Amino acid sequence: MKKWLASTALVLSLALPAAAQDYTPDPNAKAGGTITITYKDDVATLDPAIGYDWQNWSMIKSLFDGLMDYVPGTTTLRPGLAESYEISEDGLTYTFKLRAGVKFHNGREMTAEDVKYSLGRVTDPATQSPGAGFFGSIAGFDKAGPDGLSGVEVVDPLTVKITLSRPDATFLHVMALNFASVVPKEAVDAAAGDFGKMPVGTGAFKLAEWTLGQRLVFEKNADYWRAGVPYLDGVVFEVGQEPVVALLRLQNGEVDVPGDGIPPAKFQEVMADPAQAARVVVGGQLHTGYITLNVTTPPFDKVEVRKAVNMAINKDRIVQIINGRAVPATQPLPPSMPGYTEGYAGYPFDVEGAKKLLADAGLPDGFETDLYVMNTDPNPRIAQAIQQDLAAIGVKANIQSLAQANVIEAGGAGTAPMIWSGGMAWIADFPDPSNFYAPILGCAGAVEGGWNWSKFCDPALDAKATEADSVSDPADPARLAKWSEIYQGVMEQAPWVPVFNEERYTMKSERMGGEDALYVDPVSIPVNYDYVYVK
Amino acid sequence: MPAYLLRRLFQSALILLGISFVTFLLLFVLPADPVRQIAGRSATPATVENIRQQLGLDQPFIVQYGRYLGNLLQGDLGRSYLQKTQVTELILSRLPATLQLMAAGILAELVLGLTMGIAAALMRGRVGDQVLMMASFVTVSAPQFVVSLLLLYVFAVKLGWFPIGGYGTLAHLVLPAVTLGILGSGWYSRMMRSSMIEVLRADYIRTARAKGLGRGRVVLRHALPNAILPVIAMIGIDIGIFMGGIVVVESVFGWPGIGQLAWQAIQRVDIPIIMGVTLVSALAIVIGNLIADVIAPLIDPRIRLR
Repeated sequence: MKKWLASTALVLSLALPAAAQDYTPDPNAKAGGTITITYKDDVATLDPAIGYDWQNWSMIKSLFDGLMDYVPGTTTLRPGLAESYEISEDGLTYTFKLRAGVKFHNGREMTAEDVKYSLGRVTDPATQSPGAGFFGSIAGFDKAGPDGLSGVEVVDPLTVKITLSRPDATFLHVMALNFASVVPKEAVDAAAGDFGKMPVGTGAFKLAEWTLGQRLVFEKNADYWRAGVPYLDGVVFEVGQEPVVALLRLQNGEVDVPGDGIPPAKFQEVMADPAQAARVVVGGQLHTGYITLNVTTPPFDKVEVRKAVNMAINKDRIVQIINGRAVPATQPLPPSMPGYTEGYAGYPFDVEGAKKLLADAGLPDGFETDLYVMNTDPNPRIAQAIQQDLAAIGVKANIQSLAQANVIEAGGAGTAPMIWSGGMAWIADFPDPSNFYAPILGCAGAVEGGWNWSKFCDPALDAKATEADSVSDPADPARLAKWSEIYQGVMEQAPWVPVFNEERYTMKSERMGGEDALYVDPVSIPVNYDYVYVK
Repeated sequence: MPAYLLRRLFQSALILLGISFVTFLLLFVLPADPVRQIAGRSATPATVENIRQQLGLDQPFIVQYGRYLGNLLQGDLGRSYLQKTQVTELILSRLPATLQLMAAGILAELVLGLTMGIAAALMRGRVGDQVLMMASFVTVSAPQFVVSLLLLYVFAVKLGWFPIGGYGTLAHLVLPAVTLGILGSGWYSRMMRSSMIEVLRADYIRTARAKGLGRGRVVLRHALPNAILPVIAMIGIDIGIFMGGIVVVESVFGWPGIGQLAWQAIQRVDIPIIMGVTLVSALAIVIGNLIADVIAPLIDPRIRLR
């Protein structure tokens, strides 16, 4: 028996709040206007198979669509280019019915062939996509090449069937990732390797101008398949703008949203001025900042030592260092993530208790170790606070302040006993608890070059994770309960010190309209350009 | 002259070859893996290895360098690892902005530095001299980031005389050029001052004075052309230092030059861009020095090129 789910029925089946079935557009929203967004770093590429940066993530979201999407400002799945879909009983076959009449920016109609081509392209090793690994559950992934994936089948021009090699609860989220965007083959071929500079999608906006290193201009896609949006006629992105300068320009009315947020050095000044503070938008994000303790390096191979470090860190003080722009963390998952364990207190801040644990581990006089940290503010200052906290229990931590690439290298190679994750911390790719496990806490990531810098690997927890993901409904309460247990299991073995969950503080100009959630969208990071408007 | 030029060009080519080798070697031994930057945090080990093979980064150093050099000789700087765009295209799109800023910055340096130097020399030992030399000391040691932001804040935000960063018009150029001018003027003013003092002591200046020429005429027509020689030679050397300062100034003023490109590439270990920008900057310095050497005898016939 197979079950068909229409778009609204789907969301209900995910056991999500009924109010969030789909987005109710702001009744005051007005069409028209062009806004200016700034970013410090240049936009490397707009190819959805390649782009994985802060600045291009939401741009790509506005240029392209995938089969699945999220309700704006939330982490709730909704259908995108798929009108509906069907999941087989065994959770191994997903059949997507595509919307008819969706057009690419080049005017051609999108079909199931395009979906097949796009999934084949992103997984083809020649594409070098950083997101290829997300599609690992599709049948034929191991043999991915120029001929596409054997698990993706075109049934008819508007139906595509995807067969998985194992059930994967996160599959619908994966289909909503930028990497799963549908692209037209002829445009990729015509760009001859430069598709990232000449993107063609089905999204709400199309690229109108790109002056390398200076600005990009998006213009409204008048034929967009979602009725009524986007509201804006255009978005101008100015790159190479220091956040401090972007803020000055915002105050001067030249910029609408500083894409990199409020610079730490200016934070207190902004918050102290009521006029400016009124335009600040705060939002949670799916982020956890943590210290990794390398369980393969003595003395961190002893669980007492790892617990002692957990108890030695004064998280409240570290939150103060970043002007209170975070909440202290008790567990690996951030509070807004499904599967987060409410009421779990984590390790208390207890210097005496920590000393006792160290003594139990046979290290009453402490030890000396290295703490790796990325060398941009505020991370070295946070590392100093950690260093002082550790000194209080007799542990001498030498700070190794390095460029990001060097810290990542040391973490991957397993040569760093401790790493403060700031600047490289995990922000979820999609709102699902599994995304915080496999790459950074599971055995798969604990390999040479992996992102599991603790090198923590517990096969029993891994087995439980596989079990949790072997259902097809990501929001199944039993599944989330299992994930909650997994993370508590992780905390018992303390390979991490979860330090804080950062909140995002951003600003918008006086004229910007649309609810605040759109400016701190957890998925269309940092701004959902499709739904904001000019008042 | 032609023989000299030919020899110097040959030397320049050797220098560039040496720079390419050293930079490539440094990037090779750097404890940061470009493949991991491309593959991202979610990549499987198989993906990482596959990318490494495709880019030839699994090959020994000498093979990688040989291939890079081979492509370079054909004018191919490769494609950026992360942007996937031709490095030549990326650099060419940004070079005009850097060259424009460089020309304006050097002009500002010279105008400020030479004026200060001459004035100090003429007021030698008096308060004015001391104030100017103190100012030159401050400008040389001032952090580029702070000076840039200060000028931006006062003249663009508060007074509104210039745009708050950006690129395009002459008005956009003024503040970054003046920032570079202020930062570099200290060297020139000190150099100009000592050179001027030396020249003012020379016999021919005394002769000119004795002939009854006015002070202004003596300084401008007789002293300045002689005193300026060592300063001109310095411009060639200065281009190197300038390239360093331009990174910060470009960043604060949002000036889309190659400094910004290089900075972002370094953070992400995008080797083709780092190599490309290094070679283009080295080329600029080599050419700058060459021009300074070639024009020196045109200004001062006592200098011979050998």
